[in-house]
Amino acid sequence: MDHTQQPQHTNRQYEEDLRGLRAGLLKMGGLVERQIAEAIEALVNRDSDHAREVIERDQEVNRLDIENDEQCIRLLALHQPTASDLRFITTGLKITTDLERIGDNAVNICERALELNEVPQLKPYIDLPRMAEIAQTMVKDSIDAFMRDDTDLADQVIDRDDEVDMLNYQVYRELLSYMAEDPHTISSATRLLFVSKYLERIADHATNIAEMVVYMVKGKMIKHVETRKREAREAS
Amino acid sequence: MADTAEKLIVKKLNAYFNKHHALHDVTLSFADKRVAAIIGPSGCGKSTLVRCLNRMHEVVPGARANGEVLLDGENIYGDDIDPVQVRRRIGMVFQKPTPFPTMSIEDNVAAGLTLNGASISRAERDQIVERSLRQAALWEEVKDRLRRPGASLSGGQQQRLCVARALAVKPEVLLMDEPCSALDPISTARIEELLLELKAEFTIVIVTHNMQQAARCSDMTAFMYTGNLIEYGETKQIFTNPTRRETEDYITGRFG
Repeated sequence: MDHTQQPQHTNRQYEEDLRGLRAGLLKMGGLVERQIAEAIEALVNRDSDHAREVIERDQEVNRLDIENDEQCIRLLALHQPTASDLRFITTGLKITTDLERIGDNAVNICERALELNEVPQLKPYIDLPRMAEIAQTMVKDSIDAFMRDDTDLADQVIDRDDEVDMLNYQVYRELLSYMAEDPHTISSATRLLFVSKYLERIADHATNIAEMVVYMVKGKMIKHVETRKREAREAS
Repeated sequence: MADTAEKLIVKKLNAYFNKHHALHDVTLSFADKRVAAIIGPSGCGKSTLVRCLNRMHEVVPGARANGEVLLDGENIYGDDIDPVQVRRRIGMVFQKPTPFPTMSIEDNVAAGLTLNGASISRAERDQIVERSLRQAALWEEVKDRLRRPGASLSGGQQQRLCVARALAVKPEVLLMDEPCSALDPISTARIEELLLELKAEFTIVIVTHNMQQAARCSDMTAFMYTGNLIEYGETKQIFTNPTRRETEDYITGRFG
């Protein structure tokens, strides 16, 4: 049920705590989006100072992760949430973990950027910024879907994951050809492969968030559909 | 859950206190050897509903009920049905422990047997007392003081004594109207554990104000509001994803 239309809780502390969690997750989502964007900027512009700034700022992401976790645990312990509240809080607990991992991926991109900046650039970066843009939009949309109980938007995020997977494969093929042609490129090319993989992981985390949003709104688990279908087939 | 037999089936049950219409066309069924919880705000009709299930409602002056309550397919509101016999088959435990204060512990347990005018041997009586107290998880605590008055027990023990008294007449269904509201958390936990043991043999319907209690110990949960049954479903579903907005608002504490 759409929280924006729901009446408030009789217990005002409970209402405030829930709002606090919502605000904390929104703040963390915004920060993580910025981390992805700046990590790619640092890579593309070969700006090591910028990369170090992003790495430094991960402390803030971690701090928010702890805060959100604690807020969820507090809500579970003190208010024994049920129904849509329970689904909101358990979703929050998982989302904060996904966001924290996205933050770590942004740090990883910066670490590879610092290494890449030590040697001449292998090639102009075209697909990686594209991938980063999609991944960043997916993160933004997944958080917006969470804030607005918007399952249509969540479905769009889930659909876009294939696009990132395809780009990742494309980057892999291209870098493979560089390495096959000239073994001196291996060091840089593998690092770029890692970056591509990090972006692909970010998109996966955004997909997880979107799947949890569907659970939160509809009370229906859509994760691992294939696994569950197969188990059902084997059981029958 | 679908393969279990329905022990009690309630069909279009209406209850009144004089002109006040307390239950509106309530229809639901209770499966054999399951615990069903009834939740809802004060005055929603949950106590009235359970009291209708063993014809206790009509003992209040001005109270009446119509509709059907089928116990193993037989309407307990049928013309030739003796309410006393119904109450033997469908026992009840109340909100506050109600032992007979001056009666001894064992006499309390046996009260239902002798009040019904049945004559039984001393040995048989002792056996029933022990069996009932064991079923109510009280035997170990009172076996050495069966002659002491019922009122000498703690609140939690008194409530289990009342459970034992209800079980002594070998009912098939046990109704509990907020059995833990006067008990501390430890005594409450003991009663809840007891429920899980008792459902191996009995069909249990429990009215509770404590939603966590309903969540912890029932298989099915009914939500009532203003004399209507709003939603009835598996407890897990009711507490994670209720279908009705009213249920959602009530169990999440958004009640005006």
